[in-house]
Amino acid sequence: MSEKEEKPRKKSRREFLQDLGIVGVGTLIGGSAIFAGMHYDKKKTQAQRIKVLTAENELLEIEKSDTTQVVKSKLENLTYLQKQGRDGIAGRRFVMVIDLSKCRNARKCMAACNNAHHLRPEQHHINVLKMQESHDTPAYYMPKPCQHCDNPPCVAVCPVDATFKRQDGIVLIDNERCIGCRFCIAACPYSARIFNWAEPIKSVDDEDLAYNVELNVPQRKGTVSKCLFSADRVREGKLPYCVSACPNGVYYFGDENEDTVTNGTTKETVRFKKLLEDNGGYTLMPELGTHPRVYYLPPKGKEYPFQDKDKPEAAEHLGNS
Amino acid sequence: MSDQLKTEKITTDLLRSIRLNKSFLIWMGFLGLAFLVCFGAYGLQLKNGMVVTGLGDYVSWGMYISNFVFFVATSLIGMLISAALGLSGQKWAAPLARIAEIIALAFAAVAGLVIVMDMGRPERLLNVFIHGRIQSPILWDVTVVTVYVLISTLFLYIPLIPDLKICYDRLDKLPPFARNIYKLLSLNWTGSADQKKLIKQSTRVIAIFIIPVALAIHTVTSWLFANTSRAGWDSTIFGPYFVTGAFVAGSAAVIIAMYFYRKNYGLKDYITDYHFDKMGQLLVLVSLIYLYFTLNEYMVPAYKMKKAEALHLSALFTGIHAGLFWSVQLFGLVLPIILLLFKKMREPLPMLFIALAVLIGAWFKRYIIVIPTQEHPFLPIQNVPLSFKIYTPTLVETLVTIAPFILVLIIITVLSKVIPIISVHETIEQLEENNKND
Repeated sequence: MSEKEEKPRKKSRREFLQDLGIVGVGTLIGGSAIFAGMHYDKKKTQAQRIKVLTAENELLEIEKSDTTQVVKSKLENLTYLQKQGRDGIAGRRFVMVIDLSKCRNARKCMAACNNAHHLRPEQHHINVLKMQESHDTPAYYMPKPCQHCDNPPCVAVCPVDATFKRQDGIVLIDNERCIGCRFCIAACPYSARIFNWAEPIKSVDDEDLAYNVELNVPQRKGTVSKCLFSADRVREGKLPYCVSACPNGVYYFGDENEDTVTNGTTKETVRFKKLLEDNGGYTLMPELGTHPRVYYLPPKGKEYPFQDKDKPEAAEHLGNS
Repeated sequence: MSDQLKTEKITTDLLRSIRLNKSFLIWMGFLGLAFLVCFGAYGLQLKNGMVVTGLGDYVSWGMYISNFVFFVATSLIGMLISAALGLSGQKWAAPLARIAEIIALAFAAVAGLVIVMDMGRPERLLNVFIHGRIQSPILWDVTVVTVYVLISTLFLYIPLIPDLKICYDRLDKLPPFARNIYKLLSLNWTGSADQKKLIKQSTRVIAIFIIPVALAIHTVTSWLFANTSRAGWDSTIFGPYFVTGAFVAGSAAVIIAMYFYRKNYGLKDYITDYHFDKMGQLLVLVSLIYLYFTLNEYMVPAYKMKKAEALHLSALFTGIHAGLFWSVQLFGLVLPIILLLFKKMREPLPMLFIALAVLIGAWFKRYIIVIPTQEHPFLPIQNVPLSFKIYTPTLVETLVTIAPFILVLIIITVLSKVIPIISVHETIEQLEENNKND
């Protein structure tokens, strides 16, 4: 028994060591294999899978590590921006409401606009005018952007479809196509359009930019420019440059389809139709049949007085009548 | 004098001008030099942009556009004299037909260039054909002016074919290549009865066809303005108003050309005092019609004085444009009408001065139509430099405006040196016809 017992003990020690070795190595290998496998799995789940829209409009999911960034040429960027700019934003009908009782001629809108669109100081996409209808009626300040007419005379006369009306109501000008005939300037009853008579102010800085028709930057010598309702900002769901810059709550901007407009200063969102209804909203020169998308609230109960120094200029347009 | 001799004399007289002489070379040298200077000015505009002009965001159409209207206007005379008078059997106008056609062709062809000079991006001209939109009156204008230039070319060329053969036969001192061009262009003219009939018929067809096209070019040009809602342009009579004004300008241009061709090319026997007298009567007639339209155009809005119209009309009648406005009406229209009623004033020399006054008046009339309206838009002009409020043409702009005139003079001079400016075969035919009647 003892021998028997000893034998296996001896054997078992050797065997034990053997086994230990086997198990140990096995564990090590297996463990590391499992560890490696687990790590592999973990790595696999961690890897980002992204959705890619192909040029054929097919939505694919691939691993991000498998993608390589393709630097788009200026022309490819331009083609994309042009298509997006011509199409507009589906389902939207943008409107602006300008509350004349709030305007105090701060001109922050004009500055923000000129800055965004790289305009010279004397070029105005939006211009704050000093208005007076007749000798006995009060003078008031009136910001005047493009009216984005639904029946735009400028678009009708353009010989090359450089200026166009989008489905979301915005009227844009494509300065890659404009031939500079200025018929649109002659046709616009609101004097809303300007021309790049000289080399644009930032043409050197903007040289490498792909042209964005929704921003009209870079500006081009010999072409027309105009207010764009900040189509680039609107695409990002933001308010136009002028609307955001106003310190006095003059501007509301929004979507006619949603019947909501948002004040650029207070960020308060109100019902568009009700705002017009409650305040006697109107459009400029409705008799011309242009159907503007810019609405005005009359300068009733002005919060700021009309400056005495501006009175002669306001009266200039009255003529002798 | 026998018929043979008379025919001989006519041919020699009318072909005499086709030669290079010293005065022609000096004149062309002067024109060429002047054109180079003006073209240099245009180069400056291409380089620096249209900032070299006096234009601004409010008055954005200036002298170039009034020049364009003037050129289209003057080109209409070809239709009036060669087609309308010819078809209605006014025989006296026949010797003037080719002069009128040369003027028409020169002014119409150059009008196309004038409009390119006004473009901010002339290198994109092809966009009009690539992206053209038929809604735009500019497309209509491009179409009809092109058609008019083509028809006018045919209208000049087809009655010219027999004369080209005469040129080939008679001008044997010319170098062979020049004679061969005459031969090529005369399309194997033999003077057979069939050929004569063919020419007569096709000339008649073109004469009929050119009338609506000529009316169209100036009506459409007037619509560039009348199709906007601006005070001063928003008018329903702009079409006929422009067309009748065009006849005034064109008649004056033909009278001036008649005077110089007659004097320089020794054509006293062919362009006679009788022709001047008749042209004077024609000028009175078209001026009276134009005066009637002018009265309508200003009197009707002036009676009502609507706000926007009032601002515009005050500037014309008593404001900054008053001097020019009244001078144009008086010296360019009213006085010429009164003077030309006297037979003595319808003699060549007085007619030359009257025609010059009418033509200059006609140019400034276009200025008066195009510019002041833009200085009074519906909304006030504010927050811009003073130069945007009142349009003042610059020197560069003036030179660029003169360039097309030089081009027209070059075309008219060159054409008169290569083709007889009075139809030789028609003059001979007329002679034969007179003899038959005797």
